[in-house]
Amino acid sequence: MGEKVFAPWTDPNETPLIQFKNVTKRFGEFTAIDNQTFDIYEREFFALLGPSGCGKTTMMRMLAGFEAPSEGTILLGGQDIAPIPPNKRAVNMMFQSYALFPHLSIWENIAFGLKRDGLPKEQIAARVEEMLKLTRLEKFARRKPHQCSGGQRQRVALARSLAKAPKLLLLDEPLGALDAKLRQDTQFELMDIQEKTGTTFVIVTHDQEEAMTVASRVAVMDHGKIIQADTPARIYEMPGSVYVADFIGDVNIIEGRATPAGDGYDIAFAEGEPALHAKSDKKLQAGSTAYLAIRPEKVRISTERPDDLPNVVRGKILDIAYLGNLSTYHVRLPNGQIIKSQTANTRRLSNRPFTWEDEVWLGWTDTAAVLLEG
Amino acid sequence: MRRLTLIAVPYLWLLALFLVPFLIVVKISLSDTALAIPPYTPELDLREGWAGVKEFLAGLDFENFEFLASDDLYWRAYLSSLQIAAISTFLTLLVGYPIAYGMAKAPEHWRPTLLLLVILPFWTSFLIRVYSWMGILATEGYLNQLLISIGIIGEPLTILNTNVAVYIGIVYTYLPFMILPIYSSLERLDGSLLEAAEDLGCSRFSAFWLVTFPLSKAGVIAGSFLVFIPALGEFVIPSLLGGSKTLMIGKVLWEEFFNNRDWPVASAVAVILLLLLIVPIILFQRNEQKQREAEG
Repeated sequence: MGEKVFAPWTDPNETPLIQFKNVTKRFGEFTAIDNQTFDIYEREFFALLGPSGCGKTTMMRMLAGFEAPSEGTILLGGQDIAPIPPNKRAVNMMFQSYALFPHLSIWENIAFGLKRDGLPKEQIAARVEEMLKLTRLEKFARRKPHQCSGGQRQRVALARSLAKAPKLLLLDEPLGALDAKLRQDTQFELMDIQEKTGTTFVIVTHDQEEAMTVASRVAVMDHGKIIQADTPARIYEMPGSVYVADFIGDVNIIEGRATPAGDGYDIAFAEGEPALHAKSDKKLQAGSTAYLAIRPEKVRISTERPDDLPNVVRGKILDIAYLGNLSTYHVRLPNGQIIKSQTANTRRLSNRPFTWEDEVWLGWTDTAAVLLEG
Repeated sequence: MRRLTLIAVPYLWLLALFLVPFLIVVKISLSDTALAIPPYTPELDLREGWAGVKEFLAGLDFENFEFLASDDLYWRAYLSSLQIAAISTFLTLLVGYPIAYGMAKAPEHWRPTLLLLVILPFWTSFLIRVYSWMGILATEGYLNQLLISIGIIGEPLTILNTNVAVYIGIVYTYLPFMILPIYSSLERLDGSLLEAAEDLGCSRFSAFWLVTFPLSKAGVIAGSFLVFIPALGEFVIPSLLGGSKTLMIGKVLWEEFFNNRDWPVASAVAVILLLLLIVPIILFQRNEQKQREAEG
């Protein structure tokens, strides 16, 4: 308690480190970035998340200086960076392929940027040692990149891009080449290093779990636009659109007609089914199409009709996805809609009260679902 | 067993077509000249059995090698060959590197065409191409006509029958051998390495010297050997384009063999040339080996 939550984007007095102002980027006919305006703050770990071809890499390459915006301006610390070539920017990038120089040792790779700045030898050596220590590579300093494992190469790439103490570090799918286990460890290492160095990180990824784990804010992108930029928790719990709800994690989307009722809306979604109630402070027109987005883990499954929940539907178990710690039940309602319900397997599998083809009840609270406009 | 057979075939091939003839050359180099057919003595007569072999071995000596060492014509020919081969290798590199670089940077759909253009000259006889250079470089040749007609020079330049013509001929002939290995090493170069270099503060120019060039070094070395080794023993180009002052060991060898009909001395010249070439060939092999290890 008492510790201030890191959220500079909520403070109107805070000046952002990076400002995109009406930035558009076109490649011929193709619009890669469509009139985007947003801010990134100092010490942030900002994730650009989206499917391939959504423009996230273009966004990063414009920050690095390898692409220039077709329209609009990008400010770094209040200064327009358009006229500054990549080799003069206080921005460094960690490449997806790592782009380590194969003819140089790990030590020389890390020293590469420092040498270009013409620093004195002792200073370079001290900084390289510092970086080697930070990334736990001291033992490998003399090796060439091809003599290192994938995880070590990833750390070399990180050390090299951090060596010049950039104001902003760009990471292009930094963990893409690592296997799942190593990726998890490296995510935490990355967060740790970001915290230690206090550098602003912008990471590009298509892996939502990775973005959620490391980032202070996640920007979900599609077709050259940021659909929503917010903290991982808010993106997950309060998606602003069906696209974001669907892209992040698993979700049930129920389409229906909204009528105001009490402190929210009743959603009529099928003939012969009771309307579903969701609390919401959105202003919807009566009778307009609306969507309910409900996370599977917020749908409770039971053999008996639950009495304490305002939203109850009945269906038949179509499929069970057993993930070890969790099970996801795919339940088909009489109208054909499939609702997923996820429960933790806190008991032995043999004690599971329901199985395929069983009739079950699904229920959720009136705050579980997020009401989204059509 | 199948592996062994597979390896044995090329080795037997090399043994039959390279080692055996070479041993014959070595043997001739240790013999003496004779007015006979073949024009050297002694000859191995196996009908006389062990005594014949003994007599044969007694007839061999290092006289020809001593002769080569004593006559400075040969030393000067070897040195001048080394010099001409080295200079023309360097010139080929200067011309070939930018071409290979341009090819590797060209749009991908252009590259097969450019590659074809590089090897296109091989579709015509090498001899014809060298002869056509005589037509270009002669005092009354196309080059002089062109230069005079556009007024750059008043008097025709003497290029043919000088070392300059030899350099032009060697650079022209061996250019593809320089371009191809350099191109292949440049084409493999990951473009993000250059972006990384720029990102870390390099200008385009320094990125070339610090990243592109070192990474194409293996190609440069391979290309240089592929030019240097055949250029050292080159005979056709100096004898057609070079003058009387162009001293190259290939030419000396030819004259010993056909003009003087001194097979033993000619063989000795060839053996020493081979010994000279073994050094760069071994260096070349080691470079290839190192390259493979680095990639492995």
